[in-house]
Amino acid sequence: MIFHPLGKYILLLKAAFRRPEKWNIYRKEIFKEMNYIGVGSLGIIAIISVFLGAVTTVQTAFQLVSDLIPKSVIGGIVRDSSILELSPTISAIVLAGKVGSSVASQIGTMRVTEQIDALEIMGINSPGYLILPKIIGAVTTIPLLVIISISLSIMGGYLAGTASGAVSSQDFINGLTTDFIPFTFTVSMVKSVIFAFIIVTVSAYQGFYTNGGALEVGQSSTKAVVISCIMILFSDYVIAQLLL
Amino acid sequence: MIEVKNIHKYFGENYVLKGISATFREGVCNLIIGGSGSGKTTLLKCMVGLHEPEEGSVIYDSRDFTRMNFESRIEIRTEIGMLFQGSALFDSMTVEENIMFPLNMFTEQSRKEKRERANFCLERVNLAGKNLLFPAELSGGMKKRVGIARAIAMNPKYLFVDEPNSGLDPKTSIVIDELIQELTEEYNSTTVIVTHDMNSVMGIGENIIFLHQGEKWWEGSNKEIAHTDNKELNEFVFASKFMESAKAKF
Repeated sequence: MIFHPLGKYILLLKAAFRRPEKWNIYRKEIFKEMNYIGVGSLGIIAIISVFLGAVTTVQTAFQLVSDLIPKSVIGGIVRDSSILELSPTISAIVLAGKVGSSVASQIGTMRVTEQIDALEIMGINSPGYLILPKIIGAVTTIPLLVIISISLSIMGGYLAGTASGAVSSQDFINGLTTDFIPFTFTVSMVKSVIFAFIIVTVSAYQGFYTNGGALEVGQSSTKAVVISCIMILFSDYVIAQLLL
Repeated sequence: MIEVKNIHKYFGENYVLKGISATFREGVCNLIIGGSGSGKTTLLKCMVGLHEPEEGSVIYDSRDFTRMNFESRIEIRTEIGMLFQGSALFDSMTVEENIMFPLNMFTEQSRKEKRERANFCLERVNLAGKNLLFPAELSGGMKKRVGIARAIAMNPKYLFVDEPNSGLDPKTSIVIDELIQELTEEYNSTTVIVTHDMNSVMGIGENIIFLHQGEKWWEGSNKEIAHTDNKELNEFVFASKFMESAKAKF
């Protein structure tokens, strides 16, 4: 039941990591994918990150009703939740929607219009040519997007906190710079690399094994997003359990 | 020359090819014809390795393709050109990039040499100057011709063509047929064409294989096809009243 698609997924990955026919062709494709995934997603990641930080600040301030708890705690909570959870996980879910659906529909369309068959006939390893550059593009640029997301989320929290008067600038910065555990950043980067891998490979798998026409391409794209999101949240739990 | 020997292919419970054996000669247009669901496209896909047959072998000039692994097949694949039913041009690439793609992947030619080859192939299919257009900007007939240009870019020894006339008007169909025949003679290639277009059968069918319900039912040339007493073949070839009335002229 689950073993058949799992086996096909593993075999597809094995084929994707086969030695490329010509590295310089693959290099061009990798840069193209890095541009599409990384630069192309910068806008949406920036917008959601600012608001994530702002909402976290306002809601944390709302819950801190006791005078015994210093307001500086808000800065620490925004920092830790941005680094550990909000930036890597929410960014990954947004990217599963943007990048994952695009990968699945692109490869799915190539499948139903026989473009993948054309690659195979020429003697080109189609999983390698189509999927490997996307994997490399994603695992290199998504961690960078997460770093940008963390910075913007904290900035958004700072702006919302000071603008609304929920926390003073001094308190926020004090909280932000106190008791920082650098390992949380490592956990965040591990998450972002694994999430990037999941988004691209699950979506590529769904696209690669599309059968039929336009309707099935749409279904593959939807399945790619749904399965990626579930896998991201599941692996989020596993990583947290193992590393923290 | 390509030989297929005792090819069997199943899709689950569906027994599609039932022990097909045939020889496809070089320098001539070999046609695989048959009704819908007769297994002709499946046979073509088994020959090029897009489907793996359950039994039997496909032999390219004494090289058993079916027994080879992915790496060993690359050598034969670089000798194959294929035109797909829907042309299968890469959407994200221009016409020129489509034609240069196999050259980029498998040759060490300079950019100038590759561009010259692309221009030559485009001239050969009467599309000179269309280098920078994208597939979405081309008509159906032009896409087919670009598909042919891409297929011949590597000087193929074996040319496979799947339904070259589908979706084309009769005049363009004849142009495509004649182009395929000219290229076959020019490159002395072993050309295998899957079709159910009777104009193609009568026009370029030098060696014809008729499939019926997954079996080879008849083999011969376009000169012989009109005079056969094979019931199923007659029903297929002379299905229309026009062909029936034209039978006497063949």
